[in-house]
Amino acid sequence: MVNITIDGKQLQVPDNSTILQAARNNGIPIPTLCFLKDINEVGACRICVVEVKGMQRLVSSCNTKVREGMEISTRSEKVRTARRLNVELILSQHNMNCPTCHRNGNCELQKVCADLGVDYTSYPIQYRQHPWDNTFPLIRDETKCIRCMRCISVCDKVQGMRVWDLINTGKRTRVGMVQENCTLCGQCITHCPVSALRARDDSEKVWQELSDPEKIVIVQIAPAVRTAWAEATGMPREEATPLKLAAALRHIGFRYVFDTNFGADLTIMEESAELLHRLQEPGRYQWPMYTSCCPGWVRYCKLDAPDMLPNLSTSKSPMAMFSAITKSYYAQLLQVPPEKIVNVAIMPCVAKKYECDVPEINSEPGLKDTDYVMTTRALARMLHVANVDVASLKPEPFDDPLSEGTGGAVIFGTTGGVMEAAVRNAYFWVEGKKPDPDTFIQWTWRSNEKGTWRDCTTVLGGTPVRLAVTSGLANTRALVDAIRAGDVQYDFVEIMACPGGCSGGGGQPIHAGEELAWERGEYLHKLDRESELRISCENPYIQQLYKDFLGEPLSEKAEHYLHTDQSQWTI
Amino acid sequence: MANIKLDTPEKSFKTMESMLTTMEGRLAANPRGSCPVDTTLSMVKTCHGQSCGKCVPCRVGLGTVEDLLEKILDGDGTKADLVLLERTARSIYLTADCAIGYEAGRMVLDSLSAFRLDFEEHVEHRNCLRRQDQPVPCRVACPAHVDIPGYISLIADGRYEDAVQLVRKDNPFPASCGFVCEHPCEANCRRNMVDDAINICGLKRFACENSKDIPAPKRLPETGKRIAIVGGGPGGLTAAYYLQLMGHQVTIMERLDKLGGMLRYGIPAYRLPREYLDADIQHILSTGVQTLFDVSVGKDFTLKDLRQEYDAVYLSFGAHTSKHLHISGEETRGVVPAIDMLRAVGYDNPPDFTGKTVVIVGGGNVAMDASRTSVRLGAAKVYIAYRRSRADMPALAEEIDGAIAEGCELLELCAPDHVVTGDDGKVKALALRRQIPGPITGGRPRPYDSPDGLFELPCDLIISAIGQDIEWQRFSQQGVPVTRGVIQADADGTVTGTDGIFAGGDCVTGPATLIRSIAAGKVAAINIDAYLGYHHKLDFGVSAAVPHFIDRQPCGRCNIREREAAERKHDFESVGVGMSPAEARQEALRCLRCDVYGLGALKKGGHLPW
Repeated sequence: MVNITIDGKQLQVPDNSTILQAARNNGIPIPTLCFLKDINEVGACRICVVEVKGMQRLVSSCNTKVREGMEISTRSEKVRTARRLNVELILSQHNMNCPTCHRNGNCELQKVCADLGVDYTSYPIQYRQHPWDNTFPLIRDETKCIRCMRCISVCDKVQGMRVWDLINTGKRTRVGMVQENCTLCGQCITHCPVSALRARDDSEKVWQELSDPEKIVIVQIAPAVRTAWAEATGMPREEATPLKLAAALRHIGFRYVFDTNFGADLTIMEESAELLHRLQEPGRYQWPMYTSCCPGWVRYCKLDAPDMLPNLSTSKSPMAMFSAITKSYYAQLLQVPPEKIVNVAIMPCVAKKYECDVPEINSEPGLKDTDYVMTTRALARMLHVANVDVASLKPEPFDDPLSEGTGGAVIFGTTGGVMEAAVRNAYFWVEGKKPDPDTFIQWTWRSNEKGTWRDCTTVLGGTPVRLAVTSGLANTRALVDAIRAGDVQYDFVEIMACPGGCSGGGGQPIHAGEELAWERGEYLHKLDRESELRISCENPYIQQLYKDFLGEPLSEKAEHYLHTDQSQWTI
Repeated sequence: MANIKLDTPEKSFKTMESMLTTMEGRLAANPRGSCPVDTTLSMVKTCHGQSCGKCVPCRVGLGTVEDLLEKILDGDGTKADLVLLERTARSIYLTADCAIGYEAGRMVLDSLSAFRLDFEEHVEHRNCLRRQDQPVPCRVACPAHVDIPGYISLIADGRYEDAVQLVRKDNPFPASCGFVCEHPCEANCRRNMVDDAINICGLKRFACENSKDIPAPKRLPETGKRIAIVGGGPGGLTAAYYLQLMGHQVTIMERLDKLGGMLRYGIPAYRLPREYLDADIQHILSTGVQTLFDVSVGKDFTLKDLRQEYDAVYLSFGAHTSKHLHISGEETRGVVPAIDMLRAVGYDNPPDFTGKTVVIVGGGNVAMDASRTSVRLGAAKVYIAYRRSRADMPALAEEIDGAIAEGCELLELCAPDHVVTGDDGKVKALALRRQIPGPITGGRPRPYDSPDGLFELPCDLIISAIGQDIEWQRFSQQGVPVTRGVIQADADGTVTGTDGIFAGGDCVTGPATLIRSIAAGKVAAINIDAYLGYHHKLDFGVSAAVPHFIDRQPCGRCNIREREAAERKHDFESVGVGMSPAEARQEALRCLRCDVYGLGALKKGGHLPW
C-alpha cells in the first residue's frame, strides 16, 4: 500500500494501482474516453489528465501508477481547462449529427461532454470522409472516429487479428483496415465509444417485407438474444423473458415467431451423430472435429487456418438449419410455396450477416434460406419504432410445431454450451441413459503464453473422448496452434469467436466499459437448469420432425437441408 | 553623424537560435516510419517561411508546391498532379534567384525521385506506405534491436545484472559494445528533441563495469543437431551463443589461436580492455560451445566436409587483409598494413616504435587505432595523412579527438603519392600531394590533386589503413559464390544457391561494425534454427522496469570522461573512465521511455521479431 492524497483526501491504496483506479475506488470520478481496462490503457485522448504536485505537465491517470506521497489534484483549474480543451479538439473533428446517430443516448463522447459541461467547440468543425463499402456487414464511418485506438487494441489484444491499425501520419492519421482477414466478430463495434463502427442495419428492408401482404415473415431469435434484448429499456433480465420477447415480435408484425433453440436442438442431433460417426472410423477424418456454428470462427478458419477446414463439422448453424426447415417442412405444413416465406433472424452477431448471404449455404439454388439477419441492437431499435411498451407486455408462446427448445439448446449462447449439449446428447444415445447435466462435464483451465482454453475428457461407449472449448480469437489461435503443433490432442473442440461466446457477441447491446458476456451466459445456464427437457433428442417436436420429414440424423434428406461444405463458402 | 550603427543582435533572436538548435535535434531524431511526403511538405513550408518574397518561383512557386503536396496527402491528388509537382519544383530550381528558392526546389526533386513509390501510393490508393508500428526509435535503429529503454530502466533501478542480462537477450557482447559500439541508436534517440541523446553506450558500459557475471539462461532441451561456425569473431560467437541456448551443439573453427576476431586482433586494448572482451566470450562459451583453433577452410578441411559432418554451417569470418595503397615504393621495408601491426599487438607481440616517425595513411577508425597504438609503442612523432578534410573522416569524432590529444598530427587533404626509399632500402619519407576539395558527390567533396602541392614527409614507417578486404579466394575455390569481393548471401543469410550453408557479417557486407556482425549472427541463429525445423523462443527472464515518475525537463548529458592524454598515451589501459553511479542514475533517468509513452503505450515495443 502507498499513501497518496487526491483532492486533499488522504488515502491508502494498493501500490500497483493507477491513479484512475485509486480515485475511482475512493469515490472520486475521473472522466475517461479512450480508456478500456486491460485492453486500451494508452492515454490517447488525454481527457483523464490530472495534476501531480511537483510536475509541470499534466499526466494521464489511466496509465500512471501511484507513488508514495503523490499529491494529486483531479479538479484544479489547470486540469478542468485542459480536459475541456481536449474534448473541444475531438469535437472539432467529429461529425456531430447526433439526432440520426445509432449511438445517440449511448455515446461516450456525449457523456464526456455532459460530464465536463462542454457545450461548444471553439474550433471550426472539419472532419474527413473516407470511402467504405456500405454493403459490408461491418461499417466504418470515418467522420465519427475519434481515434481512441480501442478497435486497434481489441482486435490486436483480445482477438489477436490486428485487422485495424493506424494509417498515415500527423494530422492525417486515421484508423483503417490493414489486413483483409476480418472475421466480422464485431468486437470493435461493441468497444467503440462512438458510432465510428457499426453493423449494417437491414431493418428498413425488414419493415418493407412486413408491410407486404403477399409475404409470410417469420422471425427467429437466437439463444443469446434473450439475455440482452431488453437491456436498453432497463427492464431486469429475469423479467424480460423470451415469451415477452415473442409477444413483442408479434406486436412488431412478424406472422410466426420462433426460437432458434429449436434449430440448436437440430444442430445437436446432427452434430453429435456426426461426432459418433467420425469416432467409428477415426482413420477417415482429420482430428479434432470442430464445431462450426460460429460464422466468425468459420471465417477465421477460412482466412487464417485453412488447413483446419476439413475438421469442421459439416452441420449448419442453428439459424441456418432452422431457416432451411421453415422453407421446406414448415412451408409444406402451411401449404405455401417457400418463395412466399421471408426468414428474419435476430442474432447477437455481425458475422451472421455474412453467413446468411453465403450462396453455398442455401438448400435450394436461387432461394435464400435466411433472408435477413438483424442484431440484438437493431431489434431494440425496431421495438422503439414499433412503439412496443416492453413493461406492459404479457408473455405469449412461440408458434407450433417448432416451438420447443431444450436446456441444451439455450446454452448455445454461451461459451462451452454447444459442446456440453452435443456431448449430453451423444452420451444419451451411446449409453442409453441420461447423464447428470450439472456435473457431467468438469472443465479444467489450460493456457500457454498465447491464450487460454478449457478441456475435459469424457467416456462414450468405453472410448475416452477429449473435449476442449475456447472463445475469443486470440485464445482460438493459441488453441489451434497448440493442436497443430501436437502439444495437445483433442477429439472435439468448440470455438466461439467472441469472448464469452454469443452472449458477448458483436451484435449485442453496448455498455461502455462493461463486459457482460459472462453475466449473460450465467443467465443462460440458469435457464438450462430450470428446463424440464435438457437433452436435445428429448425435444418432442424434433422427434416429430425426423419422423415426418428428415428420417434420421445424417440421412440423405438431413444432409441436403442441414449440412454444408464450409470450404466452398464464398468469402 | 553618419547614418550607420553597430549591429547588436536582438534579444528575441537568441530565442530563435535556440528554437533552431532544438529543431535540428528534432529533425535528426525524425521518427522511423514518418511519411516522406508529409516530411517534405513540412520542410517546404519552412523554406517558404525563409523566402524574402522578391522572386516569383520562390514566393509563388513554393506555395503551389505546398498546395499540391497537401492535395496529394489528402488523397485527392492525381498522376497529373505528380507531373505538375515535378515541373514546378524543377522550374523553381532552375529559375529562383537565391539558394532559399532553388535549394528548396532541389529538395522537392530529390524527394520525388527517392520516394517515388510513396508519392504514387498516396495518389493511387490514398494510402501511406509508411507504418509507425515500431515506436521505439533507438531499438529500431540498433541493428540487433536491443531492448534499450528496457535495460536503461533497470540501470535506473540499480538492477545492473538484470540490465546486462536484458542486453544479452539480443546481444551477447554487452561489455564489448559498452566500450566500442558505434551506437547508431543515439542518433535516433528521441531525447535529441529535448536536449541531447541519452548516453546509451556509456550506460551499457556502466552496467557491465558494475555487475557480477550471472549465468546464461538454461539451455533448451538438446536437439542433437550440430552446427559448424567458421570464424570465431563477434558474429560467429553471437550465432553460437543463441544456437547453443536453443539446444543445438555448435563448434567454432578459428584460424588464429584465440576467439574474438577483430575485437582482439583489430581493436587496441586501450579502447576495449581485454578483461571485458574475455568476460563476454567466457559467458558465451559457458553455454557449451566447442572450439577448434588454428584450423582453416581449404587447408584442414573443405566446406563440403563440414557440410557433410554438420547439420548446418555458418560462415562468419572477418576482413583481415589490407587494401593496397597502389603507389610506387609500396613494397619498401617499413610500409606496414595497419591490420598486421594491430594483430601483432593483439598477439602480445608488439613492435617497438621507440624514437620513430610514423605516418598513418587513412581516416577511419582503424587509422585512429593504428596512430594511437603507435604513440603507445613509443613513436617520437605520429602523422595521420588523409586525403579529405577532417569533417569527412569516417572515424568517430571522439577517436580523432583522442588521437590529436595524444599528440598525433593530422594532415588533412594530403594523399600519398609515392614512397621515398633510402639508401638502406628502408622507408625514408612519404611523398604526399595536397588535395583540393572538389564537387560534392555522395555527400562528400571529391578531392583532386593540387598541381603544385607535392612534398615529402620524412619518416621511418608508413602504416596503411585505407580499408580491408575479406579473404574470399579460399571460399570461392570451394564453390561459394562471390561478388565484388564478398560472399553472396540472401537476406535470410543463406549462401545463395546452397543448402544449409549460411553466411553473415563482414564476409558478406565487407568491413562493418561490431553491432552489425552481432545482428547478422542473431539473424543467422534464428534462420538456422528454422532451417533445422524448429522455432525456439529464448527466455532470459527479465523485462523492462516500470518508469520512474519524473518531470522530464531538459538536463545535461553525462559523457565518458577520458584519462589525461599525457598519462594515458604511455599505456594500453582504458582511455575512458566509466560513469559514476550518480552520473549513471541521472543519465538513465533522462530516458524518455518511448516503449511506454507516446506510441509505445499502444504498440509496446512494436512487433519486432525475437
